[in-house]
Amino acid sequence: MLFLADFSVIKPEPGLLLWTTVIFGLFWFMMSRFAFKPIAESLKKREMDIQSSLDEAKKAREEMANLQAENEKLLAQAREERSQILKEAKEAKEDIIAEAKERANAEYKRKVESAIQDIENQKMAAMVALKNQAGQMAIEITEKVLRKELADKKDQESYAKSLAESIKLN
Amino acid sequence: MTAIRKYWIALIFSGLSLVAFSQHDNTQQAGDQHEHPTGSTQDPNAAPSGAETAHDDCGHPIDEEKEGEFNAGETAVHHIADANTIHLVGDLYIPLPCILYAPGHGWTLTTTSSFHPHHHGSGEVSKNGYVLVHGNVMRILDPAFATGAHKIDEYRHKDAKKDGKSVILYYAIIDGQCKPLDAKTTYDGGMMGGGITTFYDFSVTRNVFTMLLTAFFLFFVFRSAAKAAVRREGQAPKGLQNFIEPFYTFIRDDVARPAIGPKYEKYMPYLLSVFFFILGLNLIGQIPFFPGSANVTGNISVTIVLALITFIMMLFSSNKHFWEHILWMPGVPAWVKVILTPVEILGLFLKPFTLLLRLFANITAGHIVILCFVGLIFIFGKAGTSVGGSISGLLAAIPLSLFMMALELLVAFLQAFIFTMLSATYFGMALEEPHHDHH
Repeated sequence: MLFLADFSVIKPEPGLLLWTTVIFGLFWFMMSRFAFKPIAESLKKREMDIQSSLDEAKKAREEMANLQAENEKLLAQAREERSQILKEAKEAKEDIIAEAKERANAEYKRKVESAIQDIENQKMAAMVALKNQAGQMAIEITEKVLRKELADKKDQESYAKSLAESIKLN
Repeated sequence: MTAIRKYWIALIFSGLSLVAFSQHDNTQQAGDQHEHPTGSTQDPNAAPSGAETAHDDCGHPIDEEKEGEFNAGETAVHHIADANTIHLVGDLYIPLPCILYAPGHGWTLTTTSSFHPHHHGSGEVSKNGYVLVHGNVMRILDPAFATGAHKIDEYRHKDAKKDGKSVILYYAIIDGQCKPLDAKTTYDGGMMGGGITTFYDFSVTRNVFTMLLTAFFLFFVFRSAAKAAVRREGQAPKGLQNFIEPFYTFIRDDVARPAIGPKYEKYMPYLLSVFFFILGLNLIGQIPFFPGSANVTGNISVTIVLALITFIMMLFSSNKHFWEHILWMPGVPAWVKVILTPVEILGLFLKPFTLLLRLFANITAGHIVILCFVGLIFIFGKAGTSVGGSISGLLAAIPLSLFMMALELLVAFLQAFIFTMLSATYFGMALEEPHHDHH
């Protein structure tokens, strides 16, 4: 077993201990300062960017959904309003028609009444005129009859007498 | 708060170095102790008159075995070891800076090329008392050769026992004389055949070179990804950036966050650094030729440092609740506490120990198995002398190596992940807030 005594890798050597300490120490320092730090920062930044992007996308999606819901709500509202307006318009129309009808009826009534009044008036006037005419004619006829009957004096007096009697009776 | 922690870290490191240098004070004695047994048992160079016969006492030439039989184990152990050179091909080596320190002798700054490395990475000349043996720097103990350049005829080695442990003693033959060589200091306390010797090697070795290369490569890759991340802000990731980011998010979302909890962000740089450092070194070690093949994460020195950092970070993260559960577990009878507390304290130190051992053992084992499978070619071919044997060895070695390399690819990721995951778990344990349920 000659070679086992030469198994030098298991013997700690001052030179290699020192050099490993120095080289690894420098390596550690240089790497952490000039390599790992920027990489770590960039990775952290990227991760944050990705996270914020995802968050933003989620937020946007939520906003979109909100907006859509709002839109739908607005639409429903508008629809409702439209039907409301339509309903009101219908009612108004009906009111107007009813009012117009009523007014027309009233006017009609009024016109009819006034026509009736006119007719009545005319009738009265006609009646008066007829009465007058008839009176006139009766007077004339009576005059003629009287003239003829009262041609003699006696008749005239008897008649006057009967008349006076009738007046007296009244 | 952080300032206090920094101060504490500084204190711990100074304490560690104090330990290291207090050991160093014993170096002379340790070196002497090391020298004495060799001197007393063989007495190779005490008497110059016996120089001719000294050759036999110095054991065999180090490359002797290669001629006769092929030792796959020895080759594997040699290949997974750290070295002061990088072997390219044949006798071509990339020289590396050598930073050597011998107490009482001072610093020696040179490169491996000053040793004139040739066959198997052994140097032809000595420099300031140092020589290159199989790609590793060793020191001539004889102070007569402590300066200048001396021609080395040959290197020899032999088995020996030191304090009941088997060690290999190396010798250099200079001017026909056998000179004992000292290996570099290791902190295994003599348990693994090493120990504190007459010199310390702080060189940029193959492992250090690979670590630097990997660190620079990873930094370049991650810096480009980071730049792209800044430049292309607000755009989808692309190319390299797109390749890197999943790793980052994997460590963050599957390791740090679940294991540590809400305070995970503070630990991210360390977890990422340690994950990619280990992964990079594991993977580059898989490449069988330059710039790869170095067994860095399979070297215990490297895993010790990484596990120690995790341990220190864990201790600094710890809260009252954590210590309460270790030192005096609430809601448990007193006699159980007496048993439990030592177990918990042991467990506290076992955590970094298993962490460093797991990574080290996995990677080293993987390297050894692959090297042994490749070694089949040479075993079947009787160390390359039989072509027919080599071919049958090749037929066996290719599928086996392929399978092992695929497995090692998985292990490379797995071990990096486990180290990171367990580190995160330890931080999470230290940070855990008391629950409101009853124990």
